[in-house]
This record gives sequence, C-alpha cells and structure tokens, in this order.
Amino acid sequence: MILAFANLSWPVFADALALGGIYALMAVGIGLVFGVLRLVNFAYGQLMMAGAFALAYGDQWGLPNWLSILFCFGVVLALSALMDRLVFRPLRTHSPAVMLVATFAVAFVLQNIALIAWGSFGKTAGSLAVWQAPWDIHGVYIRKIAIIAVGTAALCLLLLQLLLTRTPVGLQMRAASMDFRTARLLGVRANRVIGGAVLISGLLAGVATVMLSVEQPQITSTWALPETIYVLMGVVLGGLNRPIPATLGGFTIGFAFGLLGGILPSNQSQYLPSFIFAAVIVVLLVRPNGLFTRGGAAVERV
Amino acid sequence: MTALAVEKLSVRYGAVEAVRGLSLEVKPGQIVGLIGPNGAGKSSTLHAIMGSAPVVGGDVRLDGSSILGRRPEDVARRGVALVPEGRRIFGELTVEENLQLGLAARTKRLNGGGLAGAYELFPILREFRTRHAGALSGGQQQQLAIGRALASDPSVLLLDEPSLGLAPKIVDVVFEALSRIRDAGLAVLLVEQRAQRTVALADESHVLANGELRLTLGPQDAGDTDRLVKAYLA
Repeated sequence: MILAFANLSWPVFADALALGGIYALMAVGIGLVFGVLRLVNFAYGQLMMAGAFALAYGDQWGLPNWLSILFCFGVVLALSALMDRLVFRPLRTHSPAVMLVATFAVAFVLQNIALIAWGSFGKTAGSLAVWQAPWDIHGVYIRKIAIIAVGTAALCLLLLQLLLTRTPVGLQMRAASMDFRTARLLGVRANRVIGGAVLISGLLAGVATVMLSVEQPQITSTWALPETIYVLMGVVLGGLNRPIPATLGGFTIGFAFGLLGGILPSNQSQYLPSFIFAAVIVVLLVRPNGLFTRGGAAVERV
Repeated sequence: MTALAVEKLSVRYGAVEAVRGLSLEVKPGQIVGLIGPNGAGKSSTLHAIMGSAPVVGGDVRLDGSSILGRRPEDVARRGVALVPEGRRIFGELTVEENLQLGLAARTKRLNGGGLAGAYELFPILREFRTRHAGALSGGQQQQLAIGRALASDPSVLLLDEPSLGLAPKIVDVVFEALSRIRDAGLAVLLVEQRAQRTVALADESHVLANGELRLTLGPQDAGDTDRLVKAYLA
C-alpha cells in the first residue's frame, strides 16, 4: 500500500483531478434539485446514460462532434424536463421517502428500457476518443480529456456560483432551498425555481455525460450507475443541504477514486470501492452533518 | 373602497375547524386588528388569505376580485405581503439579500432604489445591510421581516404577531412603524397577542375566539379592560 504511492505521477494526479471534477458536477446537479425539492434524484445516472446513448448514435450516424454533443444535451434536458413533469411535480407534496422510491422506480425503468433496446453490450461512443490523446506539457504527457474535464468543471462551477450569488433567480433558488414555504409567501414562483433547478441540473448532467463518455466509451444500460452511487455518497459526505459542501464532497470522492485507482496495482484496486465506502462510514460517524459543513448547523429545518 | 375583504371565511384542518364564517374588511390607510387567545384562528385567517391554508367556505377579495384558490406566490404578486409569525428571515443570507427577496413579488418594473422605502423606515437595516441576517437581534430581525414585506410594494400588509418575543422598547419601534405604514396608505391587517396596544393603535379590532368573531372594538375601548377580558373569556 505504501509502496503503491511510488506510482504517483503527474498524469495520475491530473486524471484524479478530472474525475473529481466530473463527480463535482454530478454532485452539484443532484444537490441543486435536492435543495429545492428535498428529493434525492437516484435516476440522475440514467439521465446521463440516455445522453451517452445519444452520443453513441451521433457517432454511429457520423455526426460532427458538436452536433452529437448538442444531441446529447437535448436528450438529457428533454428527459429531465419529462421527469420533472411526470414524476417530481405530482409527488412534490409527498414525503421525501415516497419521492426517493419514485426516483428508484424511474431509474430502473430507464435502465431496463435501455437493456431491452440495446442489449447488455450496448453501443460505443467513440467519436470523442481523440481527447484520449495526450498533450506534451514540458515532457509530461497528460491526456487532453483530463485538462478539458478540469477546465470545463471549473468553468461550470464558477458560472453556477455567479448565477446563484449575483442574480435574482439565483437568490430565489437559494432562499427556496432554505425555506420553500416562506420563499413562496414572498412571491417566489415555485414552478419557476424548481424548473430552473431541474434545467441546470440537466445541463450539468449533460456536461458530465460528455466528459465521462470519453473515459468510458462503452455505453450500456448501467453506464454511470456506479458513478451516481459514489457521487451520492460524496454528496452526503460533504453535506447534502448545501451546494458548496456537496460539490466538495463529490470532488473528494472522485479524486480519491481517481488517485487510488491510478496508483494501486489492479489486484488491490478491485477492493477500492469497499475501502472508500468504509472510509465514508467512518467520516459520517464522526461528522454526521457532513465533512464540509460548520458544526452544529441543522441539516433539515422544519 | 375596500382593499381586502374576507367574507364568511371558513378554514378547516382535517376535523378541526380553525375559522368559522369570519367576515372583515380592511380599507387603504387603515389598520384592522385581529386579537384573541391562542388557537382562535388568527394565523389561519392570514394563511387563508395568502392561499396557504385549506379554505372550505367563503371568499377572499382583493380590490373586489376573488383571490381564493390562488397559490401563495400569486397572491403575493398581486400585492398582498405577509410578515409571518416568528419572522422567518433567511439567517444565512445578508440583510440586503433578504430585502431583495421581497422584490420577487414585484410585477412592475423597478424604477431604481427598490429598497429605499424599507431603508427609510428602518435605518438600522441600511447600516447592517451586508451582515448575515441570522446575526441580527430579534428586534432587528422583525424590522427586517417588515422591510422585506414592504419591498414588494404591497397594497395590503398582513402581520402575524410582530411583537412576539420582543423587548417593550422594540415593540414601540414596531408599532410606530405600523402607524407610518398606515399613513402611507396601505391596508394593514394586524394579528396580535398584545390586545390592549392593538386596540389602541388599530382603527378597529376584532376579537376572535374559537374561530368566530366575538366582538369589534374601536380605539376608544383601549382603556376598557373589563370589556376586553370578558371578550377573551366569553
């Protein structure tokens, strides 16, 4: 284990940062919707899976990359809007447990549709594989996707932060996630805030899909499912109710997976999820409100 | 001319009838008090007006047209602002951000200085505008809650026990502000526990018990403690 750290190198570090960035985007996408709906969207990974199949079709039809990425975003956004209309809105006044189970149902329905439609081997989204090629940075070879993912994630998070802190709609979203009832009494339109959160969450899912498809071009019905579970863990680890801690939590998990996955020999790295799960349990026992929240802050106000 | 009219309003939570056939009116430039013991249905009345309580009968009219069955955000956007019980300010946001949230209900385009009115009424809010609202004292938070409601430029202001838990000196500040708000031409419906002060301030005060209107008092009755006590115990 100690010896394994001898394998640490700049490319491994860059890949870990990239994975952390992708997970951070997914975490903030899940966290935003949780903020306004008190709903943990377990079907987030299936949204991404659908987008990844769109990329695979773009590849198959020989679309230019920008067009397949656009197609991917279209599919993800349309599906998340549909989920909001058909599942989230009708169930909004129900208990969080009902909504969680509903998202489980949506997740399994989508997964099985994909399994029926494309079989267990799925399809390949290979047109962005050019990003796998390394850039030579002063003799250190770093894959383009690592740099693109880190840059894109940082840009998205920056834009989101500006939106949340500098615009009226961002302020309304933050207020709604703190106390929805009072926000509505002040004239904050529930549907608009929820629609906005779902839209942004979908955009982030689209970005994460494109990045992750470069890392994992074989698209199957369970594509992005393990990642979603890791990210959910990261979100809880960071602090579910707050966007920045949730993002940091997602990043931490992704970074840890990337780093340990990169430096451990494969006969050890197969146990990696178990070790990380155990570490998360220990952290939550010590800091139940989340790793990155200030102590004593109430997680859920009633 | 009536700004807000409540007609034979009934509110029911499951088997509990919180308000029974209540009628009242508030005109612009008028404060109407709603007093009575705990559980009399005062807060339920305010929430029924806002569209956040289950109304089973009657009507709520704003400038003559019914607003019954509308969502709280739509009622707010039509010019009814609520200062909720317990203030409900956003402690993690700054004072100014809290006030800006009040602008959410504005449908007219802002002609500059949207928060000027609130700052003028409560100068302390301008002084502390970059602080987190959670760091303010209870009295300052109450001023913020009222300022936030006024930022929406409402025609009707509903207040749910604004003096609750405040020091007497701060209660003076709040009641003084209410009379200035009345002078500005707003229709104010004030739910209060401090019966005597409310009766003295308001143009008329309704005593509510068990969800029903028991008695209506004018400012001249403020000294008549016997009548008040009787109304409470009736």
